[in-house]
Amino acid sequence: MSIWVVMLLGGVLTFLTRLSFIWLQDRISMPPLIRRALRFVPPAVLSVVIFQELLFRNSALDLSPTNTRLLAGVIAVIVAWRSRNPLLTIASGMAALLLLNLLFSFLGI
Amino acid sequence: MTAQALPQVSRASQFRRGLKAILPILLAVTPFGMIYGALALQAGIPLAAAQSMSFIVFAGSSQFVTTQLVSQLIPGLVIVLTIFVVNLRHALYSASVAPYTQRLPFRWKAGLAYFLTDEAYAVSILHYEKEGSAGNQHWFFFGAGLGLWTCWQLSTALGIFLGAVIPASWSLDFALPLTFIALIVPALKDRAGVTASLVAGFAAVIAFSLPYKTGIIVAALIGVAAGLLVEGRK
Repeated sequence: MSIWVVMLLGGVLTFLTRLSFIWLQDRISMPPLIRRALRFVPPAVLSVVIFQELLFRNSALDLSPTNTRLLAGVIAVIVAWRSRNPLLTIASGMAALLLLNLLFSFLGI
Repeated sequence: MTAQALPQVSRASQFRRGLKAILPILLAVTPFGMIYGALALQAGIPLAAAQSMSFIVFAGSSQFVTTQLVSQLIPGLVIVLTIFVVNLRHALYSASVAPYTQRLPFRWKAGLAYFLTDEAYAVSILHYEKEGSAGNQHWFFFGAGLGLWTCWQLSTALGIFLGAVIPASWSLDFALPLTFIALIVPALKDRAGVTASLVAGFAAVIAFSLPYKTGIIVAALIGVAAGLLVEGRK
């Protein structure tokens, strides 16, 4: 499937999701369980991607102290939690990764 | 609906108020748009497609996830399904603004639905709750939505430009998990939310090798179930 077809289908589904209740307000209703569940979708999906990106290297689980992405990611989580500042979080995470990689290559690890 | 008693505010001035309300948020959105553009290009998405995704899909998180899946050569159908699940929360926004858009003609409903992003929803629902839906309040929503849309297109273009000049050795792809950390960590306010996040994360480790990256959806659903369980016990 080409990227264009993927985007069009994804875009149409997203649009229909956004239109759903605005359009069919009188005819459809949201089950209470779904309404409660939807709140958890963003944190759940984003966490999945975060964990997979930080813990896996070349498709293998890497919990060693030389996993610089994991270390830099933990630093970013702490910065995000303390500062609640998105830009500072991204900047410190990128800087941490850069410095850790430099340090480790300097130490020859 | 106190607004009915007040003199009607003109369309242009509602539109400007919407723009003004979204403006501070645009400062925060711009870097995300730029990171998306750069990541899309580095994931191997052609320039025109990378830019088009920002107005065809027009939903930040799902666009980020798409770049990641494309770079791993995941089948298209799985990507479509993932986009759908990531954006399902917009049904909540739709249900929440529906009472205020009820009397509008379909073309307005469709237009506003297209603009129903997290940010435009946030400022518009506050406005509706304060001033009701009588008069030209939908122009406020339109102003906020169009402001965000313009910012998203421009910052995507800027990011695509930067992505083409930033060398691969800068590990720009690491901006993806960092962006998500920046988005969710400040938003985790209660135990149920934290549980949903952590359980989904650990499930993701176990589900990593499921075929075609379907582990993303499976692990996310496990996280959602865990969040519901914790919330239900209160």
